Amino acid sequence: MSDAAQDSAAAPSAAPASRAELLDAAMQSRFAGRLTAVPGQIGEITYEVPAADILEVAQRLRDDEGLKFEMCIDVCGVDYLQHGIVEWKTQSATSSGFSRGVTRLSQAAPQEQDGLPSRRFAVVYHLLSVSLNHRLRLRCFCDSADEPMIDSVTSVWASADWFERETFDLFGILFKGHPDLRRLLTDYGFIGHPFRKDFPLSGNVEVRYDPEKGRVVYQPVTIEPRILVPKVIRHDNRYEAALKDAKPDG
Amino acid sequence: MAEIRNFTMNFGPQHPAAHGVLRLVLEMDGEVIQKADPHVGLLHRGTEKLAESKPYNQSIGYMDRLDYVSMMCNEHAYVLAIEKLLGITPPIRAQYIRVMFDEITRILNHLMWLGAHGLDIGAMTVFLYAFREREDLMDCYEAVSGTRMHATYYRPGGVYRDLPASMPQYQQSQWRGKKDAQRLNDRRSGTLLDFIENFTGRFPACIDEYETLLTDNRIWKQRTVNIGVVSPERALQLGFTGPMLRGSGVEWDLRKKQPYEVYEQMDFDIPVGVSGDCYDRYLVRMAELRQSTRIIEQCVRWLKVNPGPVMIDDRKVRPPSREEMKGDMESLIHHFKLMTEGYCVPAGETYAAVEAPKGELGVYLVSDGANKPYRLKVRAPGFAHLSALDEMVRGHMLADVVAVIGTQDIVFGEIDR
Repeated sequence: MSDAAQDSAAAPSAAPASRAELLDAAMQSRFAGRLTAVPGQIGEITYEVPAADILEVAQRLRDDEGLKFEMCIDVCGVDYLQHGIVEWKTQSATSSGFSRGVTRLSQAAPQEQDGLPSRRFAVVYHLLSVSLNHRLRLRCFCDSADEPMIDSVTSVWASADWFERETFDLFGILFKGHPDLRRLLTDYGFIGHPFRKDFPLSGNVEVRYDPEKGRVVYQPVTIEPRILVPKVIRHDNRYEAALKDAKPDG
Repeated sequence: MAEIRNFTMNFGPQHPAAHGVLRLVLEMDGEVIQKADPHVGLLHRGTEKLAESKPYNQSIGYMDRLDYVSMMCNEHAYVLAIEKLLGITPPIRAQYIRVMFDEITRILNHLMWLGAHGLDIGAMTVFLYAFREREDLMDCYEAVSGTRMHATYYRPGGVYRDLPASMPQYQQSQWRGKKDAQRLNDRRSGTLLDFIENFTGRFPACIDEYETLLTDNRIWKQRTVNIGVVSPERALQLGFTGPMLRGSGVEWDLRKKQPYEVYEQMDFDIPVGVSGDCYDRYLVRMAELRQSTRIIEQCVRWLKVNPGPVMIDDRKVRPPSREEMKGDMESLIHHFKLMTEGYCVPAGETYAAVEAPKGELGVYLVSDGANKPYRLKVRAPGFAHLSALDEMVRGHMLADVVAVIGTQDIVFGEIDR
């Protein structure tokens, strides 16, 4: 803490960055070679952790005197199935002209399905140290896309309990060692994991009251899923890393 | 001998003290809680999934509906995340406006909490008092955005428009006589800033009124002192933030510790509790009402003398005005593209957090370079708080469950998302 205070006093303009740098250095000295840093926003530090190591790393992050991550702010899942895949091509013309030209993502088979199956589901942890005032993000890819599984960190941070339940519910990621892994947000008896990218936005079943049977019944959805705004990726030269240096104002 | 078993009781989801749609399965030994199992998700709307199917700006309105008693703070976290990825900073005046409205929102939220919490554990009057002041703040929302709750006022790059020069006026009606309308309109004759200044002038006296009703009230103390005690270590373990954490004596406030916008310029204190019970959390929130008033005063003073733009001047993010759009081809194209396709956000991921009235509200945003978020995760403070309900109510009486739900300031919009 005192180091951080001195550092910020010396260079007040770079205070938030220097705190992140200090944390980065502390992380490097402890986990060099085991964790990979993920480049990201200035002032935010992300490390990729092998799924098998998460419990041990979490324990050290909490107990180490120089890191002291007492709080697990958030645990969430990310499904990278359609990352970077667009619904509307903007670079090349089609033979049929532009018209609507929308490829529905749920129908389009993801290209890298067999190339990178293990890199589909990630669990992202956001940690906070109240005593040292810094944040850290950890990203763990589950080993298998069919049965994603990872160790639970509830033994390290009690707050992970519900966050992991939610992640299990929405993404189907199993947390080994979780005391009570039940669905949390979806309906009782719900089938599927709704936040997976191959789960349709309009769902699979709908409920209605059946006057003949005198009860509420489930039936397949009757609404057609449609895309109002296609997903596009425009290559904007302002954001191209290679061109950054060429800009007059840096 | 007859077998004695615990009694399982279903609390909610249609119970007025369940604050919306909480279903609580309570395992009780007589009147003492052995285990509480909250069943949530009855208000799950899949906000995060919906946001993945829409251009960035179209989801701002959904953020209002997360924690629907502190609307603008939710928007704030979301636009901050987008701004971080885009690498833009709103003009200074927009930052002051945001801080001012964040604090107005905090007062709105705490008044709602105070009224509902009081009502839950037997103080009827304070609810009516709290709603009297809430009405004025709702008018501020209305003046600035046109709606009283779901404002959609913050936009990436600033705020939707500058503060208005006049306030909406009351009219005489069947329910409101001419004199009453006149009395209400007297305060509303100037600009919005005049009205807010007037409000900050009289609000501290209103807080005194609430405190007269509650702080030394014997019944209030019997219902809250030593109920739901959480130690500071446990509060950190359980992921508590905001007044729940400060009530346990941990001095942690993002506005001070990791300041965003212009909170660095503001002069205010962080109130903390000592014993970590419901009564201390009540005191913390009451002190926060006073601190928020102080911040609003400072913002009003600055905003009155510093005119300027409230939106970044970047055609790739900000839609042109209607006037420009009607007369200029390029503006029309920009308007069309921004309204249909939206803007693309550079690939990357970020986490932006604000000190919402209930605690740390964070938005984790993953972008793959498209015009829609690839993944949006809202970290709701109430979610972590509610997950600790079991621990907080174990060994307490059934009536204390209501006090603990009240002290957690539960709103299901943000928990179920």
